[in-house]
Amino acid sequence: MIRALIAAAILLGVAQAAFAVEPSEMLANPALEARAEAIGKQLRCLVCQNESIEDSGADLAHDLRVLIRERLKAGDSDAQAIKYVTDRYGDFVLLKPPVEPATYLLWFSPFVILAVGAAGAWFYLRRRPTPPDEPLDLNQRRQLERLLIDDQ
Amino acid sequence: MSWRRAAYLLPLIAFAALAIYLSHGLAPGYNPELLPSALIDKPAPAFDLVGLKGEARLSNRAFADEIVFVNFFASWCVPCREESPVLMDLARRNVIVLYGIDYKDKPEDAEKFLQQYGDPYRRIGVDDSGRTAINFGVYGVPETYAIDRTGHIRWRHVGPLTADVVKKEIMPLLQELGAS
Repeated sequence: MIRALIAAAILLGVAQAAFAVEPSEMLANPALEARAEAIGKQLRCLVCQNESIEDSGADLAHDLRVLIRERLKAGDSDAQAIKYVTDRYGDFVLLKPPVEPATYLLWFSPFVILAVGAAGAWFYLRRRPTPPDEPLDLNQRRQLERLLIDDQ
Repeated sequence: MSWRRAAYLLPLIAFAALAIYLSHGLAPGYNPELLPSALIDKPAPAFDLVGLKGEARLSNRAFADEIVFVNFFASWCVPCREESPVLMDLARRNVIVLYGIDYKDKPEDAEKFLQQYGDPYRRIGVDDSGRTAINFGVYGVPETYAIDRTGHIRWRHVGPLTADVVKKEIMPLLQELGAS
């Protein structure tokens, strides 16, 4: 059952990937095509905003895929091709936002929260009274022995 | 109150700050899918498109020394029908200079659309490939851009124009840009 589900999930995934990028869009040069696909996976489709243009069946995503392939064929570097798109649509199209002052909160707040939590835990543990480190007296030792014997 | 007791209020304060910050996302009228234009205050992209109905070509060079509005539309676009009365009203009252760009459309369909809903445009260019739209950063029709006298994009609206947008955004914009 689980195996069948996994197989179905994989097949669905493959089917979807095959659906988005049409064979006619692909470049003949496999190295360029691989670069185009890697770039497309980083760019957000603006119509269905949580998919990359490489995964999306939207018309605009198709146009952008073709555009990126054209830029690469014209000799653009990966960074230049991405800049071509962000110049027009802004940083929002990058699925991975750039690290810059406007996104510092986004990138670093998890670490800040972790540090605050760690500091809190450190203060709490330091303040907790440590038990006295004295040997047991005769009474306590007898009590302990009785407890151990009862247990057996 | 000792500082130690005050420290117990910290989580409450942190929660309140987070709640206030997140409540912005729930404000009425906030739509996270509306994106700011990357082209605000940048020169309008150059284009030179075939005119609709055999009219003269439409190029950005036509926008000389004038505040112009450029509206991307298509006959297949339903919200475009919704905004057409607003555009027609603006055209009738001569409030703005409006150019149209027909996005990925069949010219004969566009002509039928304009016959049915009216033609508010001074001239219309046909963007068959959608490349001009991409250069403007269009991600769905209708979209409207305002270009100032120096050819810089100053305003963009995604989705249909409404009387409210005209009143609250376009009129103040015209004033700011010094429309005569």
